[in-house]
Amino acid sequence: MTMETTASLNTTLEPVDRRAPLVLGNETFASVTNTVCAPAEIPLKRTPLVWYVCLAISLAMLSLLGVSVGWLFWEGVGIWGNNSPVYWAWDITNFVFWVGIGHAGTLISAVLFLFRQKWRTSINRFAEAMTIFAVMCALIFPGIHVGRVWTAYWLMPIPNQMSAWPNFRSPLLWDVFAVSTYATVSALFWYTGLLPDLATLRDRAKSTVAKVAYGIFSLGWRGSNRHWQNYEKAYQILAGLSTPLVLSVHTIVSFDFATSQLPGWHTTIFPPYFVAGAIFSGFAMVINLMIIARWIFKLENLVTIRHFENMAKIILLTGSLVGYAYGMEFFIAWYSGNPYETFAFQNRAFGPYAWAYWTMISCNVISPQLFWFKKIRTNLWALFIISVFVNIGMWFERFVIIVTSLHRDFLPSSWAYFRPTFWDVATFVGSWGLFFTMFCLFVRFLPMVAISEVKSVMPEADPHYGHGKH
Amino acid sequence: MTTKSPYFGALAEFDSAAAIFHACEKVRDKGFRKWDAHTPFPVHGLDRAMGLGSSKVPWIVLVLALLGGTGGFALQAWTSTEGYAMVISNKPLLSWQAFMPVTFELSVLLGAFGAVFGMWGVNRLPQWYHSVFRSQRFAKVTDDKFFISIESADPKFNPEATQAFLREIGATHVELLEH
Repeated sequence: MTMETTASLNTTLEPVDRRAPLVLGNETFASVTNTVCAPAEIPLKRTPLVWYVCLAISLAMLSLLGVSVGWLFWEGVGIWGNNSPVYWAWDITNFVFWVGIGHAGTLISAVLFLFRQKWRTSINRFAEAMTIFAVMCALIFPGIHVGRVWTAYWLMPIPNQMSAWPNFRSPLLWDVFAVSTYATVSALFWYTGLLPDLATLRDRAKSTVAKVAYGIFSLGWRGSNRHWQNYEKAYQILAGLSTPLVLSVHTIVSFDFATSQLPGWHTTIFPPYFVAGAIFSGFAMVINLMIIARWIFKLENLVTIRHFENMAKIILLTGSLVGYAYGMEFFIAWYSGNPYETFAFQNRAFGPYAWAYWTMISCNVISPQLFWFKKIRTNLWALFIISVFVNIGMWFERFVIIVTSLHRDFLPSSWAYFRPTFWDVATFVGSWGLFFTMFCLFVRFLPMVAISEVKSVMPEADPHYGHGKH
Repeated sequence: MTTKSPYFGALAEFDSAAAIFHACEKVRDKGFRKWDAHTPFPVHGLDRAMGLGSSKVPWIVLVLALLGGTGGFALQAWTSTEGYAMVISNKPLLSWQAFMPVTFELSVLLGAFGAVFGMWGVNRLPQWYHSVFRSQRFAKVTDDKFFISIESADPKFNPEATQAFLREIGATHVELLEH
């Protein structure tokens, strides 16, 4: 009954006289609950084999992370390819890459919420989960790249026997506060959104373990309207706090570079350019993960082509902003008349790392331009492939910014070429293992779609539904 | 001295958002004070239909965000001028401009704590036991059913009359709940 309606209804068009529905296929409140809860309610014994396969691969990659980090702690950062003058390489590239991925989740959950973009309701839970897992991956890299990891706590203002305090004038310290605040607030925001849905799982749970576990985490939620009132206010405020927060996080990440005096880093365009790039890559990642999850867990009625088309439009916009920023960097390099700046950019495009630069340009500037065509925006295969390209391109963007700016600095005598070692690659692959492991657990045990929020955008949720004009 | 009622109160079940909205207006107009509506999602306009005042959460957030901001600035100012006064790049010890990012982040962090834990506080959460959970039918409140509970502690509560009233305003099922 549901599938025919889905196929025949094109929700990417907005009729003049009414809004296109966000939920397809004559879903009712109860059927939404059933659809979303189904994956979490499969008894343990009947867990699909494909999930175990995914989890096994993820755990194998995760153990690679464990080995890489263990070896790093034992042997030191010398196991990486970092050299003089390329003191930052894959470690910080991966850090910026993962933080950036997270930004789309916050954009969907907070910014689109404040703008009353109701289509966000069926993808926000998923995107927020992605944010948290991506930030977890990101936090690893600055933590382990410090060399003497046992002194990593010096990053925090903790009273100590040396009577020493961190230098609050350093953007690297601002970054510690920005990213840890971001991780904490994202987790709180996510958990607050989950609260009513955990209560749904509690009320439906068959096994005692599930009932107790969901029961504890749902805090005794009883759908009270006196609670909903405070809950909605808290949620709205969290969205309001997260919006400037997410902008500040990548701004401060860009300050790590922009406040230094290195040509190629020392530019005022960095904050907006980094934020646009972060949203760009994050949306691409949401599309990739969502296409897979929607297919495996049959969420076609809740996550419609319209959701994908909207995300593709955001990718087109932010991709064009990123392309503009690349062009503007070159213009300023020439217009400034500064020979070091000019050299840095000529070297970027035509020097030893030209291959990385043009990979970045092809993936980030050229591929999203295909989203001008509606046929491509609404084709899942095309969306998936272009989104993979965008993610590759955005990883290379950070690599290009960090490594090509560093490898040829002011003194030609100190120039060098960076090559990653096995352990560079292993640590990065391992961080994907962490990301995928968390995702496997998330899709298996938690509601992937915000059940109560989706219900609230259905026509029956209106207190005047079926009564005509009130 | 009043004797404690053996009942927690009455629980009435409704089928739709529209039904509970109108029922709430009637319960409010009847003058009940100790009662609540339970819904699977926040029903638009139900706060007004119930006659609720405004939420205290924003005030908690404001206080905590200000505390985070001033505390964060004070931490940086003290450590940079007294705790560990080091001249770096010939910048003044109290370079307040450089302290803004951390001041901002800590305002947001404490504000978010205020929003989440303040919401728990005013809602008295976590509260794992509540008398409404005694009802078998109440499990549907997180699915597709809507409920009104009127407590026996309300001066207007009367086991028989209140149940009859709830049926009259459209409840599909009414029951008395023990504590």
